[in-house]
Amino acid sequence: MSPGALLSARDLRVGFTTEGGLLQAVDGVSFDLTAGEVLAIVGESGSGKSVTAQTILGLTRSPNAEIGGSVKLGEVELLDASDSALRKVRGERIGMVFQDPMTSFNPVYRLGSQIVEAIRAHRGDVSKAEGRARAVELLDSVGIPDAERRVDDYPHEFSGGMRQRAMIAMALALEPEVLIADEPTTALDVTIQAQVLRLLEKLNRERGVATILITHDLGVVAEVADRVMVMYAGRVVEEGTLDEIFYDPQHPYTWGLLGSLTRLDRPRPKRLPQISGAPPSLLSLPRGCSFRPRCPHEFAKCEELPALEARLPDSPSHCDRCWLDPEGKREKRQVGDGQIGLEAPA
Amino acid sequence: MTAEPLIEVTDLVKHFPIKEGLLIDREVDQVRAVDGVSFSVPRGQTLGLVGESGSGKSTVCRVMLQLLRPTSGSVRFEGEEIAGLSRRQLQPLRREMQMIFQDPYASLNPRKRVGQIVGDPLKLQGVASGSELRRQVRELLDRVGLSPEHYDRYPHEFSGGQRQRIGIARAIALKPKLVVADEPVSALDVSIQAQIVNLLDDLQDELGLTYVFVAHDIGVVRHISDRIAVMHHGKIVEQGSADQVCEHPGDDYTKKLLAAVPVPDPRESRARRERAGAAG
Repeated sequence: MSPGALLSARDLRVGFTTEGGLLQAVDGVSFDLTAGEVLAIVGESGSGKSVTAQTILGLTRSPNAEIGGSVKLGEVELLDASDSALRKVRGERIGMVFQDPMTSFNPVYRLGSQIVEAIRAHRGDVSKAEGRARAVELLDSVGIPDAERRVDDYPHEFSGGMRQRAMIAMALALEPEVLIADEPTTALDVTIQAQVLRLLEKLNRERGVATILITHDLGVVAEVADRVMVMYAGRVVEEGTLDEIFYDPQHPYTWGLLGSLTRLDRPRPKRLPQISGAPPSLLSLPRGCSFRPRCPHEFAKCEELPALEARLPDSPSHCDRCWLDPEGKREKRQVGDGQIGLEAPA
Repeated sequence: MTAEPLIEVTDLVKHFPIKEGLLIDREVDQVRAVDGVSFSVPRGQTLGLVGESGSGKSTVCRVMLQLLRPTSGSVRFEGEEIAGLSRRQLQPLRREMQMIFQDPYASLNPRKRVGQIVGDPLKLQGVASGSELRRQVRELLDRVGLSPEHYDRYPHEFSGGQRQRIGIARAIALKPKLVVADEPVSALDVSIQAQIVNLLDDLQDELGLTYVFVAHDIGVVRHISDRIAVMHHGKIVEQGSADQVCEHPGDDYTKKLLAAVPVPDPRESRARRERAGAAG
């Protein structure tokens, strides 16, 4: 693990045995998350982004799961940690926010009491009254109006955006060092999404919470992330800083994702650039590069799996899995006028 | 040139009663889901309806297609008033107006084979049967980018994008004039969304379809629409050409909505946040 990293994953592998054989949901994911950083993991359904996050917290443990590699939080190896040790890590050191705020709270308990319960489960010496005061303070800090009164509301009395903010409040109750947010704004309207993103940004800036943001939405990524990992069919196909990914993308899949974005501030193209085909089944991955069958630039070498490594001499942190010659890529990736800022970073 | 609109909606209102009481329901209030909406869509064009959840855009679609009875107002299809028609009177019109739904998992009957799902409208309206039916269904599958061998498969064997293609094949089976698409791409992965949007574009050109396209993703709506109407609290707060509404919004709510859409461009996004920060 590199110095300064709070959370560090090395060659994380998660497979599930199914009737159809071993399904390798995550295949060798590595990253270092430093304090105050926002790492975005981008991918479509089945890319392994959520399984990666859930495995960090031990939520994918089951008799049919095969988990390998290493995930270290400071000096603690999370993959071998006992269930009771993990319970202490969850909430206390790593907070988690899920996509659907409706199903993440228990509908029959008041919101405040659920936050108090989370606090008291870790801090036995906190009285109920103190816990309640803390819950009010937390709800207030995430922008719930009239928190003193709303703390006694039931989850259904909150709107979707308020529930998501309450979820974030609960995740932050014990001041964790790391926050994992899995599609935190996907179920929300854009105006509410903007509020939740501002909140995440503020927490990140003011409290130095290191965040893993899992999303399929590159617009959200552009607003909050420092670094980006693009996943496809269980593997990281490209990673780099925000600007490297947006302005000098190296993998054809990343080009496709960026190209299919619609932009309101550019003239609209006649046709939306599209990636043809569909993601492969994880039970029958193509040999070599998994994106090969959908890639317009495929050539013979692609039947061999490229390593995730830096291929540009002056950007050591920018890695990708593509055999194409980096020099030739700049021409190939043009996706049409007015689509994305594919110009090199200034 | 003013072409006659295919569909024209005037002062459409749909209120849902809120009832209270144990034995005798007493109406205590109303939800004004649609509160005086007017628009018209010329033949072969696309109207995009945008708005946040609860703005009434889906209710407008359902009332327009007479799947819900309007509280008041008029819906004219090819110049003919259809609000208030009986089920029987609506029956022949149904084939002219079809719908594509958001959730490709919930909108296809899991016990029916694809061929049956796509062929049922043809059978029910008595358009085709037997081998002619099979031939037409295979042609439809081909037209939406599925292969004819998918005929005997069940919906669960397909991905989300393919299921949406099945839903589209079903919707165009009767060669409708109007297709209402309610969030047709929002449940799909990004790389698949563009495929479906392009497919809808192609079908419009080939079949001369008129679309009412509902979505909360303004970027997608702008791409496919000729005109856009922005809904808020059951009313249309602004409508105009797609580029006009997106580039020079006049209404405060539209401005707020557009400003909240994330810009997938880090530099532009930073600049925008700085401007917002400087403004207060």
